[in-house]
Amino acid sequence: MSTQTYDRQNPAFYALLIALVVMAIGPIYLMLVTSLKLNVDIMSDTSSLLFMPTLRNYETALCDFLWYEPEHLRRCDPTFGRALVNSLIIGLVSTAITLIIGTMAAYALVRFRFMGRDVVSIWTLMMRMVPPAVLLVPVFGIWTFQFSIDGTRGGIILVYVALNLPFVIWILQSFIVQVPIQLEEAARMDGAGPFQVFFLVVLPLIKPGIAAASIFTFRVAWNEFLLANALADRNSRTVPVTIVNSLTEFDIDWGVIMATGMLLAIPPIIFTFVASRQIITGMTAGAVKG
Amino acid sequence: MSIASTNRMTPYLFLAPAGVVLLVALFYPICYMIYASFLDWNPSQRIGEADFVGLRNYLKLFNDDAFRESMWVTLKFAAVVVTIEMFLGVGLALLLDRNIRGMSVLRTLFILPMMIAPIVVGLMWRYMYHPTVGIFNKTLKDWGFEPIPWLSDGDWAFASIVIADVWQWTPFIFILSLAALQSLPSSAIEASKIDGASGWQQIIYIKLPLMLPVLIVTLLLRLIDSFKVLEVILVMTNGGPGLSTEILSIRINRTASEFRELGEAAAMSNLLLIVLLILTFAMFIYNKAQEARAARMRAVEEEA
Repeated sequence: MSTQTYDRQNPAFYALLIALVVMAIGPIYLMLVTSLKLNVDIMSDTSSLLFMPTLRNYETALCDFLWYEPEHLRRCDPTFGRALVNSLIIGLVSTAITLIIGTMAAYALVRFRFMGRDVVSIWTLMMRMVPPAVLLVPVFGIWTFQFSIDGTRGGIILVYVALNLPFVIWILQSFIVQVPIQLEEAARMDGAGPFQVFFLVVLPLIKPGIAAASIFTFRVAWNEFLLANALADRNSRTVPVTIVNSLTEFDIDWGVIMATGMLLAIPPIIFTFVASRQIITGMTAGAVKG
Repeated sequence: MSIASTNRMTPYLFLAPAGVVLLVALFYPICYMIYASFLDWNPSQRIGEADFVGLRNYLKLFNDDAFRESMWVTLKFAAVVVTIEMFLGVGLALLLDRNIRGMSVLRTLFILPMMIAPIVVGLMWRYMYHPTVGIFNKTLKDWGFEPIPWLSDGDWAFASIVIADVWQWTPFIFILSLAALQSLPSSAIEASKIDGASGWQQIIYIKLPLMLPVLIVTLLLRLIDSFKVLEVILVMTNGGPGLSTEILSIRINRTASEFRELGEAAAMSNLLLIVLLILTFAMFIYNKAQEARAARMRAVEEEA
């Protein structure tokens, strides 16, 4: 039984599979194709299969970072480039912070018996379901009037960390439970303190869990629109905010907007292909085998 | 003996950073919101300057047809998408639970729609629904049918957002139920095969009942998430035409930023939060009951 064997299926089954795949990635493919078209081709009535692919829409969106001047542009609009930098900084920093403090909290909840442990876990579970829309009003009010951190990247990072923490703690708990306690005891015998045990013994063992949690955290920070829209000013806008802002205009430049959408979609797509197993583990953790 | 007693303060030290962030940026804002829902407050005022109006915001909401409409749209949307997605997702999982080549590739492709930004999903579908350049109406025209007013007619717009959501989230249910199916004890299925159960009988009497705990948790998770949907609809229809697709999250956003009634928006958020609280609580209770049952089963087994 060393080589895996596969069952033969009837052809209708494969037809169904292909139909499902087309349905799942069709819209994404369509977006990619549109982002490579000139507006003349997008608007034309004729068949959409024949067109000259062009990177012009991407040049328009990213003109800030190009070393040459795209000839079709009269003036470079740096909005999108700036937003891309903001999105990257906010996504990476908030993911790093969430994971560091999230793993520590999850570890404490799993390994130590202390007063109020149950209360803490119930609260984390409850906080998990708070939708961003509910936080809109209070976060706007507090960030503007009390903390005075509206319009800064730090302010947005703080909301995202808070928003992601409960989920990260919840997911990492299920990974930490599986770490054999004997390993930790052995390390302690050798004279390691609790922080050493955590960073040198536990953390390396839960790498898959950390990978899953960081993908989910980054995704939320990278994709979120509502709170960023309420908090950001001109200089701290993220990509989703600029996309929605450019949509409100009456005449939509589909080619460019699809190119920006594609750029926003690329990091999650890469993650999915690189780490689909971790993502699926993360999704099923907790729900399956409660 | 126990390791925990070696250092009493350690757990609190580990919890402190997360605790502080959650208190400052999640718990405090929620309390603030509950308080704000009793105020007549607009965005240019500090909260201290806002007038306390008691339950006026809530009373106003309950008498507000637009709010009741958007509550109804929210509930209708959640019920419709979750039902369709459960049937499709579980059905596909039962169908595709076979030993076939390329299953992992398939799963990878299926999670793509969930990973992409909701803004982008909205964008893609808005483009596809576009009256002239969109692929649906182009195809309909090529085949000689009348174009459909996807996003400009109330009922069609609702159907359109349902379709987009089903596209995005059916894979979630599919993947969870597939995982549940593959973790079922093969002995039960083998036994039913020996007893001569047909494929349908296996599904109805063996697989579905054994999957039920996972299915219920999946259902509740999806239900909670379906109340959070916002960006996809915002980009596609912005709640229109009329109020036909204005779910509660969009109404909160509009009330806060367009009508500048923060108190009223806070009251709405509160009501949304209560609905979600009930659902989460149901999930929690169900999990606890399930754990208790499993523990009892184990105890019985040990006795035997």
